[in-house]
Amino acid sequence: MENRLRILLLASLLTTTSGCATMHKLWPWGHREVDAQVAAQKADADADAAAAAADTAAPPTVIEPQVVRRKIKVPKIKAKNIELGVNYGEISIESYTAAPVWGVTADYHITEDFFFEAAGGQAQAGETSFETLSGDIQLLTPAERQFTYYNLSVGYNFLPGEVFLGRNHAMTSGFYILGGMGGVKFEGNSTFSANFGAGFRVLPNDWLSVRIEAQDIVFKSDFLGTNRLRNNIKAYIGASVYF
Amino acid sequence: MLAPSTTTTRLPRRSINWLRAIALLLVTLAPVCQAADRDLLQLFVTDPYLELHTGPGRGYPVSQVVARGDSVDVLYRKTEWYKVRTERGVEGWASEASLMRTILADGSAFKVDRGNRDGYRTHNWEFGILVGDYAGASEFGGLAAYSLTDHLKAELYGAQFLGNIYNGYIVDVGLNHVFMPEWRFSPFVTLGTGVERVEPRTTLVKPVNQNYQTAYVGFGARYYLARRFFVRAEYRSHTVFTNTDSNEVKTEWKIGFAFFY
Repeated sequence: MENRLRILLLASLLTTTSGCATMHKLWPWGHREVDAQVAAQKADADADAAAAAADTAAPPTVIEPQVVRRKIKVPKIKAKNIELGVNYGEISIESYTAAPVWGVTADYHITEDFFFEAAGGQAQAGETSFETLSGDIQLLTPAERQFTYYNLSVGYNFLPGEVFLGRNHAMTSGFYILGGMGGVKFEGNSTFSANFGAGFRVLPNDWLSVRIEAQDIVFKSDFLGTNRLRNNIKAYIGASVYF
Repeated sequence: MLAPSTTTTRLPRRSINWLRAIALLLVTLAPVCQAADRDLLQLFVTDPYLELHTGPGRGYPVSQVVARGDSVDVLYRKTEWYKVRTERGVEGWASEASLMRTILADGSAFKVDRGNRDGYRTHNWEFGILVGDYAGASEFGGLAAYSLTDHLKAELYGAQFLGNIYNGYIVDVGLNHVFMPEWRFSPFVTLGTGVERVEPRTTLVKPVNQNYQTAYVGFGARYYLARRFFVRAEYRSHTVFTNTDSNEVKTEWKIGFAFFY
């Protein structure tokens, strides 16, 4: 009997409590929690709607193209084609003694092969054999004894290469030949002359050049009796600077 | 405690001011020099590699190569060879032909005005040297011409002539009309006036130098060689207005090299 009562009571308790569980909304506590859940759900829905709205709207610009093309101003490239130089050497003036000669040159390099050269120089000629042997007879005044030459030549560079100073230094070098025309002022006259020669040039650096050269300056003169060609061979060492 | 050095001589105050001024000048100039460094032309290699020679000529050995995509700074040039510096600071000579296959930093090709047939037809200036014969005397001289149009040029010519009988100088100013400037071989006519200075050669009597006015007409031709260069040959007939009753006629022919800009 006692057992039956116990079962009844337990059964009724179970039913009432389960009913409480279903009727939890009637309880005063717990409502706030539910409200918060609802609000959260609503907020989620709102966010989804906003995202959907954003998706349907125009896509936002992510990177602004700010590419400005660089303007290249091509600077003028300096050309070092002009070469100015001085030289000093010895000239053997035909029929006279050899004499020291100094000169100046101005070169314009057109290509790596060809160049123009304007040259001029002076020497003081000695005496002819006749003057030396005859004693006091002087054929020329000191001013007439001054040998002045000037000419315009075309040159050609060939056999370019390098010369080596010891183990650590190499310098560019090259041979050249040149020939041209000009004038010689000597024995009180100006005479047309032709000149031709060859030389060797070494460049210790890009702006300096050292050269040894030999040239023959030929002119025709009848001053010493017969009208004949006179060869005046000049050998010199020179230095020049590129501009 | 630090005491003034007794071993070093101190500069007088005036020198110190000078030094300060120089130092200030150097400091102000330094950015200018750096700016000048940045002004160098930068070229980017597009060939598999760019060869750098030890000297400005094809005969000098290749000492360095610059790889594709690397750049060089152009320092200066000698004829058609350019001294360049690589990104690593190595310097060498590159040919104009190889640099014309490089590009600038903006991607455009590097161009050089080497002179061409268009320039031969249309240019501003011509310069040349000529040799020839002036009334039996050997002559050599220089020529400058300014183009008024492609066809018409104003010319200035100066020459010295050296002969057996007399020496002298001529200076001529005139006009030159080129018929077909676009032709490689193009004839021209020329007309002008000038002065002649005659110095008779004689060892017997003291020579008397004389100046005369002259006028000339002539014709000739020019032939384009390559780049900026052409050959020019011409004949001129000079009428010399002497002090005597009859004028003297002197013929002149000459040939030479000329280039244009």
